[in-house]
Amino acid sequence: MEATIEVTGLRKRFGQAQALDGMTFTVAPGQVTGFVGPNGAGKSTTMRVILGLDAPDEGEATVNGKPYRQLKHPLSHLGALLDAAALQPSRSARNHLLWLAHSQGLTARRVDEVLALTGLTDVRQRRAGGYSLGMRQRLGIAAALLGDPPALMMDEPFNGMDPEGIAWMRTFLRNLAAEGRAVLVSSHLMSELQDTADHLVVAGRGKVIADASVAALVAAASGDRVRLRTTATAEAMKVLANAGAEVAATAHDVLAIAGLSSERVVATLTAHHVPFTEVSAHRATLEEAYMELTREAVEFHSTGHEGARQDRAGQTAGRAGAAS
Amino acid sequence: MTAVAPYRSPAVPGRDGFAQTLRAEWTKFRTVRGWVIGTLVAALVMAGVGLLAAGGGRSACQAVGVGANGQPESGSGSSCQPSFILGPDGEPVADSFYFVRQPLTGDGSVTVRVTSMTGLLPPDHPDNAAGPFDSVHGVEPWAKAGLIVKENLSQGSAYAAILVAADHGVRLQWNYTGDTAGLPGPVGPANPRWLRLTRSGDVITGYDSADGTHWTRVGAVTLTGLSSTAQVGLFTASPDHDQMTANFGGGVSGGGGPTRDTAVFDHLATADGWTAGPWTGQYVGRPEIPGVVGFHQAGGQYTLTGQGNIAPVPAGHGGPADASATVTDYLLGTFVGLIALVVVAGLFVTAEYRRGLIRLTFAATPSRGRVLAAKSVVVAVAGFVAGLVGAAAAVLAGEAITRARGYYAFPISGTAEARVIVGTAVLTAVASVLALAIGAIAARSAATVAVVIVVIVIPYFLAATAALPLGAGDWLLRITPAAGFALQQPYPAYDQVTMLYSPFSGYFPLAPLAGLGVLAAWTAAALALAAYRLRRRDA
Repeated sequence: MEATIEVTGLRKRFGQAQALDGMTFTVAPGQVTGFVGPNGAGKSTTMRVILGLDAPDEGEATVNGKPYRQLKHPLSHLGALLDAAALQPSRSARNHLLWLAHSQGLTARRVDEVLALTGLTDVRQRRAGGYSLGMRQRLGIAAALLGDPPALMMDEPFNGMDPEGIAWMRTFLRNLAAEGRAVLVSSHLMSELQDTADHLVVAGRGKVIADASVAALVAAASGDRVRLRTTATAEAMKVLANAGAEVAATAHDVLAIAGLSSERVVATLTAHHVPFTEVSAHRATLEEAYMELTREAVEFHSTGHEGARQDRAGQTAGRAGAAS
Repeated sequence: MTAVAPYRSPAVPGRDGFAQTLRAEWTKFRTVRGWVIGTLVAALVMAGVGLLAAGGGRSACQAVGVGANGQPESGSGSSCQPSFILGPDGEPVADSFYFVRQPLTGDGSVTVRVTSMTGLLPPDHPDNAAGPFDSVHGVEPWAKAGLIVKENLSQGSAYAAILVAADHGVRLQWNYTGDTAGLPGPVGPANPRWLRLTRSGDVITGYDSADGTHWTRVGAVTLTGLSSTAQVGLFTASPDHDQMTANFGGGVSGGGGPTRDTAVFDHLATADGWTAGPWTGQYVGRPEIPGVVGFHQAGGQYTLTGQGNIAPVPAGHGGPADASATVTDYLLGTFVGLIALVVVAGLFVTAEYRRGLIRLTFAATPSRGRVLAAKSVVVAVAGFVAGLVGAAAAVLAGEAITRARGYYAFPISGTAEARVIVGTAVLTAVASVLALAIGAIAARSAATVAVVIVVIVIPYFLAATAALPLGAGDWLLRITPAAGFALQQPYPAYDQVTMLYSPFSGYFPLAPLAGLGVLAAWTAAALALAAYRLRRRDA
């Protein structure tokens, strides 16, 4: 699979803040790549660097092998939605798309096509300033699609959308990927990407802490743990611990067991006549996997100072290797 | 995950170049109603203020004719127009002097020696130590005495003259505006000046000499269509003293009055085909001055005493020119219109920063210099069109109103008028680009508008309203971007006419193109800095 967006070793400092600290990943065609991480992880800065808007102190970003700023009619290589609110409020939606089309040598016909694609045809003559946030997101996607690009990049496209809009957006993004486009979607909420992304790039403190398929991430977060439902929690904990397992109670009648396979758990409990109602392989949600990965990355929010997170970042980088 | 073939768009890529960026920026400009309205308002304000200027503040038609030397003459008629004597090229002129003449036909030459110039100055002349009510002896700097060949005795007719000016040496002057210097220095018994005019067809050549033996050709001028018989002779003229002073803290005040000069000639001779008969003395363009003998001949010596001037009349220079509506008045609204235009031009870039739209712009066109250039072209065109329409409407409507209400209108040629209108359009166009460049540097709307108004509108306003001392105002109009207002100077300033050429009468310290050069230099510098900042700054 050829890479469409490639980010290599980006570093960027804003005054005291190290916004990017070696950000490296690639976005492949034909799938939705989720770009997740807490606020301040460097997602938006990375996207601005990819678009040639911000200059990195180190590293480079390429689109189809070229720095964005060297692309001719760049919107036909990469369509981007950075900020849906970035509109001249008094300009109509159609005219907003029209100037953008003209900048790429495209005609008004293409404008009407993307308006139809995003369901904005009926409101195209209205002032963009009067659009709801959801409508603005659609308008931003229409703008990203103008050049019919093989790669799309969206910063928090679900922000401010109602459930109906979110569902529409998910389907839309999946369809774009199904056409063979590379789709990079950032979010600070993993749940938004749960049923959308095929692949995840998890960022924290300016670098990638995990870069893996959704399936691999969930498996890694689940580990080898076994979930046991029993009324005799104390007894079960005792015998399983004696058998060499690590046991933790996750609810009043649920135990999470690590270090023993489910077969060994069943055999041990049966041998000691401990009653149980359910034994299953523990399966982490994506959200749990994400929380696990970013737990440390988030902590700087409470410490508030940049320096404190440098050594922490080293640890999370180690995890990233394990996860992928 | 299923492997999907990478997407290939079926669309043929569009063209990618400056034309596309320009079109995009133009689409941006025309699709924000406020900016289009702002541009229209600028044109309307320029025209509207022009109408106001034409509608009021100037003397209505009175029973005042125009006397010689540009002085109003009561009771000389009730006709309001024409108000001015016009020269061969249509410009307003003064043409009154004492003439000792005779008609001479064909080619020939005339020679004379000037041995002295003396005169009287008005009582309030600064050299007057005698008291406030007595005239003082002295000669007005541009008092003239010499030889002239003139088409006829009508005021405003074509002429060429070789003359001595009291403080400006020998000059060859022709058709009121032409002026070439000859021998420098004052004239007097110890240093007389010999003067000669020769006619060959319609070419008149002037010579001067300090001794009557060694002659220097000062110049030759062509008086197209000069009749074969022309009036030839001696003349004296002495312009009114114009005592305008710039007051400390702004404003000007003025005084002055008529002056007189008396010149003594000898060695008057004609040759090369002209044979002189008796000479006749008379005033041209004004009645005899009571108590003053205009012409006295004793042997070979001719003494002429005269008043008046043979020269162009600058705007605001006495008499009907003082009370006339000028193109400068009509264009008074330019700076107001300019405020609207610079606000629009500044917003054209700062609004994108404010909304974050600049990122989309630079994502669509990564070459930021190209975006800046395209935006510059758009605001330049908008500024030019608004300036052109506004100035043309102001001037044409102003003139129509002036004519309809019977006010004096200071004459101007169609070419000069077109130059001022186009110059105004160039001024508003370049100033708009300056505002855009400052907007790209500051990236903030309010700061941009404030800076532009401070650097271009306020200097002009201070200088043009004489709120500042004249010298300070002149310097503002030399070094600030407001120097570009020089493009609006409708009438030329004349070295050979003493007057306070000030911005409030439409005269600028720099020539129109030099003023444009200063404005353009500022604009180029701002654009260069803007391009640098745009390239270096994260969007």
